[in-house]
Amino acid sequence: MKMYRSHIMICRGTGCSSSNSEQIAKNFEEHIKAHGLQNEVIVERTGCFGLCALGPIVIIYPEASFYSMVKPEDVEEIVKEHLVKGRVVKRLLYAETVTEDRIKSINEVNFYKKQHRVALRNCGVINPENIDEYIAFDGYKALTKCLTELKPQEVIDIIKQSALRGRGGAGFPTGMKWSFAAAAPGNEKYVCCNADEGDPGAFMDRSVLEGDPHAVLEAMTIAGYAIGGNQGYIYVRAEYPIAVKRLGIAISQARAYGLLGKNILGTDFSFDIEIRLGAGAFVCGEETALIASIEGQRGMPRPRPPFPANKGLFGKPTILNNVETYANVCTIINEGPEWFTSMGTEKSKGTKVFALGGKINHTGLVEVPMGTTMREIIYEIGGGCPNGKAFKAAQTGGPSGGCIPESKLDVPIDYDNLIALGSMMGSGGLIVMDEDNCMVDIARFFLEFTCDESCGKCTPCREGTKRMLEILDKITKGQGEMEDIDKLENLAKNIKNSALCALGQTAPNPILSTLRYFRDEYEAHIRDKKCPAGVCQALLQYTISKEKCKGCGICAKQCPATAISGKPKETYVIDQEKCIKCGVCMQKCPFKAISKG
Amino acid sequence: MNELEMKEKMEKLDKIIENHRGQQGALMPVLHETQELFGYLPEEAQKKISKELNVPMAEIYGVATFYSGFTLKPRGEHTISVCLGTACYVKNAQAVYERIQKDLNVKPGGTTADNKFTLVGTRCLGCCGLAPVIMIGEDVYGKLVPDDIPDILKKY
Repeated sequence: MKMYRSHIMICRGTGCSSSNSEQIAKNFEEHIKAHGLQNEVIVERTGCFGLCALGPIVIIYPEASFYSMVKPEDVEEIVKEHLVKGRVVKRLLYAETVTEDRIKSINEVNFYKKQHRVALRNCGVINPENIDEYIAFDGYKALTKCLTELKPQEVIDIIKQSALRGRGGAGFPTGMKWSFAAAAPGNEKYVCCNADEGDPGAFMDRSVLEGDPHAVLEAMTIAGYAIGGNQGYIYVRAEYPIAVKRLGIAISQARAYGLLGKNILGTDFSFDIEIRLGAGAFVCGEETALIASIEGQRGMPRPRPPFPANKGLFGKPTILNNVETYANVCTIINEGPEWFTSMGTEKSKGTKVFALGGKINHTGLVEVPMGTTMREIIYEIGGGCPNGKAFKAAQTGGPSGGCIPESKLDVPIDYDNLIALGSMMGSGGLIVMDEDNCMVDIARFFLEFTCDESCGKCTPCREGTKRMLEILDKITKGQGEMEDIDKLENLAKNIKNSALCALGQTAPNPILSTLRYFRDEYEAHIRDKKCPAGVCQALLQYTISKEKCKGCGICAKQCPATAISGKPKETYVIDQEKCIKCGVCMQKCPFKAISKG
Repeated sequence: MNELEMKEKMEKLDKIIENHRGQQGALMPVLHETQELFGYLPEEAQKKISKELNVPMAEIYGVATFYSGFTLKPRGEHTISVCLGTACYVKNAQAVYERIQKDLNVKPGGTTADNKFTLVGTRCLGCCGLAPVIMIGEDVYGKLVPDDIPDILKKY
């Protein structure tokens, strides 16, 4: 293998790719060649580094210099200074790594310091389109160990001992799932991977598939060996074109190396994997719906039992795990279950990846041991809310989860604690909301989502989500009555108890959790006809301050509804009847004399 | 699409069906590839798939209308997907969405008069770190404000 003195790692995940990282990579290659360094320096296109907010990101090893927000035209300078003269280009480094006397390595900055990367171990480290790099980082070592040293039951025992729980939402013990499918009679069994990451706000599965696709293929093959299955399916969203492409490349490379297909590693075990594309139905994240979709039907859930472990895909015993769950498997086999259980809380072992989004400085992906507090994630790693705004709530678990207020931020995060708080882990989306977000509006947003995505099979979900949405609509329009809150609570509890699948059963969570922690906001909408955050348009009133208005008349000229009148140099007035609440006047006023509330 | 183009594409459809014949659960992959070929799922194509794969038309219609990714109407040359996921929503994706509607004079789900763009609101595109986000074809644009829209649309 050829040795290089410098490795330039360039993120080719979706985030950085959207800000031109491919052009940056090409510029590096061009300038490196121009300086005759092509035998000393190599450019590597990798998966996501996690700190999407600062993309495109380029890391140069061995120094681990962290260049952020790089532009294609910056490349020449980096090559000339850093690679030719050995002087890092300070102005382009991530500001937090630059101190007065030295440059910190990336592992010392707040964003990475508390992280512990297990599922994301290879993301941003290897080139996901090159199987050799995966193998160089212990890739396919776990599979080799399983096929040559362990019996299927021993593999299941290791996963059981690790106490790994499903990372897709409900947190079911993975080893148990595998043992059920292994025990089910029949010699045709299937291994499925749920890569239909539908929770808005979650993108860890995408990053694993884009940054380390072989980790998923290897783990699925191990699962096939453990349960006695020979065929795997990865059900991936069509909205993730880069992930689909890299999975395809990875599958063909694994086949070429004899790591997929007939007689893997010369043993008598055969296993192959096929990619199936989703088509934009959130409900397909539910296991029985996903199975129906692979079978070529509408993705509608069915009652369980029978569970897929006994009767799943094409009526055969099937296991279905989430991408992040699989991403943990190989490391557990390599490092041993004790290593895995040394991290986390009593009932939730290992690490969890969270996707930080919304009103937070460091948006991106972070992986922390279970039991880390929300406060550590949001403030220490995530850098808090931008623009000096006050934190209001953290939303976890997507449309199935809830909103966690400031007062609960010190609770250690694990599956059970989040449920006790009225939310859930879900796939790990974590959206931060600040004082400018209205919690009633957020509940309405989620209900609009679940109502739209309800498959329509069971009445509680089909009709119930619609009724709840109607009530929320009414409240956000200022037409709510106090009884509506009781009605919402009643409906929510009934739907939770009676819906067919997890989508319906958890659809009321956004309402119940916002009612639990932000009831005053509901009451303000209903009783005072006010939206405290200034979001719900129907409840807003724009007013012009007498003190601040200079009578320039710009607002009156800009108003599309001719609702503002007045004379030059006198205070202008907004006719509330005519006002359409577009907010243009407020944006255009040079004296900040217009306020809403 | 003129008759000749249609004929050519129907021949390509034969190949798609042939590639998936005998595969378990072939309907979804066939529909995906058919939509990629035609830009939508024309009735003639559905009829052919129905006959060749031995799946009733009612079932194909059921599947094609269940998933928001399939469309029975022709789409414009480029599909603009505006992410309406949570992270984008809290960062005011709605304003970006409205700006595109205004600039292109098109309603959600609609296609521009020159057949160039189809606009759809979509669930999370998985780039929450860059919210608010839109995707045109397979190109992702992030950290948008409404005023970025005209320059982006000019590229197409």
